[in-house]
Amino acid sequence: MSNPSDNQPAGKPDATRRSRFPASLDRDSILIDARRELSMPSRRLFGKQMLSLGGLAMLTGCSITDNDSVNKFLTAVSRLNDSAQAFLFDPKQLAPTYTEAQLTRPFPFNAFYGIDDVPEVNGDDYRLKLSGLITGQRTWTLPELYALPHTEQITRHICVEGWSAIGHWGGTSFGDFLRRVGADTTAKYVGFKCADNYYESIDMPTALHPQTLLTFDYDGERLPAKYGYPMKLRMPTKLGYKNPKHIVEMFVTNTYPGGYWVDQGYNWFGGS
Amino acid sequence: MSTPHVQAQLARPPAAGSRPIHPLWVRIGHWLNALAAIVMMLSGWRIYDASPVFHGFTIPPGLTLGGWLGGALQWHFAAMWLLVFNGLVYVALNLASGRLVRKFLPLSPRAVLRDFVAALTGKLSHADLSHYNAVQKFAYLFVIVDLIVLVLSGLAIWKSVQFPLLRDLMGGYDNARIVHFCAMALMAGFVVVHLAMVALVPRSLLAMLRGR
Repeated sequence: MSNPSDNQPAGKPDATRRSRFPASLDRDSILIDARRELSMPSRRLFGKQMLSLGGLAMLTGCSITDNDSVNKFLTAVSRLNDSAQAFLFDPKQLAPTYTEAQLTRPFPFNAFYGIDDVPEVNGDDYRLKLSGLITGQRTWTLPELYALPHTEQITRHICVEGWSAIGHWGGTSFGDFLRRVGADTTAKYVGFKCADNYYESIDMPTALHPQTLLTFDYDGERLPAKYGYPMKLRMPTKLGYKNPKHIVEMFVTNTYPGGYWVDQGYNWFGGS
Repeated sequence: MSTPHVQAQLARPPAAGSRPIHPLWVRIGHWLNALAAIVMMLSGWRIYDASPVFHGFTIPPGLTLGGWLGGALQWHFAAMWLLVFNGLVYVALNLASGRLVRKFLPLSPRAVLRDFVAALTGKLSHADLSHYNAVQKFAYLFVIVDLIVLVLSGLAIWKSVQFPLLRDLMGGYDNARIVHFCAMALMAGFVVVHLAMVALVPRSLLAMLRGR
């Protein structure tokens, strides 16, 4: 084979071999080529490459995930991805809506605990608390909230795990509610505290999105406990974990509040 | 190319001090892409396992990257920037330098078939690494297109609300996951064949490392 001369070990009679094996006998020349490679320094290099492939494979043992500087880097990129998603987010872009016939039945229950541990909130003495950059810092009873303008949506809930389900939610526009209570809509974040000790926060543009719904109903019925009674914030523009259930307090702030899953490493923006 | 390029290429003597088989930007682009694609694939496997598209089929956690779903997502959405920006630079330089046309075209199904048969019967030359046979041309073009499909279907999954056109093109959110998985499987197939070929012709690894 006419291999580059610089690849040739000293004293190896390449010319002889070339004359002995005409071009058409390539199977033989490949074999010779292979043997020569194995007896050369390049063999060691090849071995090293195979080792580094093995090293790459060892990344999968998640040991590198435990490395502090690696985690810091990945967290920094995740923050960068928050900004990228805020940039991509179009406040006027609507999530697709579906028909009754397309509903996922039963709609899956999903939480950081089992269905037996769903909190039971007493609606009679329930008070929604508002705090932070909100002028009307009064509490709201459920009948007062139910009296707000009503709207419905059938949208797709997309879980960070990958599955999705189509659900039917009813409630009031969250953006209208924020304006009604005198929230500073130029602030950065809206935070939530929940009866199941979940906590979450979202960006203001998503809070003001026309499909962001403070929901009290599911599929024409009062929101059952498993779907977040007495209220869930429904955002078809965000992944499931960003949609808090059993909300008991809301606050508007410019200080990054984090979130239950977010503080464990999930992306904060979590947009869809 | 009426006769296989085998003979024609063998006769060409290597010119001393000639241009490298792979210019530096190709080598850098290749290895960054390899790193990004492997990280994307291994972390993607862990993400897949969180909610398998094909029921009953999961990937052994020992093969995956990230340790848990949250970690795998961090790796996946970090490596995507490397994959996309390196890929854009690579394709742009290939187009601008004329390398894409020079190295990959012309390409006909007949030539691919002919070189494929030649490869199976051991008659395909690997003497001149600067020249791609038709099977190589097809495989490399294929994986470039496959990576583009992977990025687009991934975008449709990641931002299915923000990119309605892409979402519809992929047949909706759930279908985009199937497209993404299948494109991954094809890429994995390419990687296996590619590594086997490198093992058969180790000089090609040297060429991709040091250019000669």
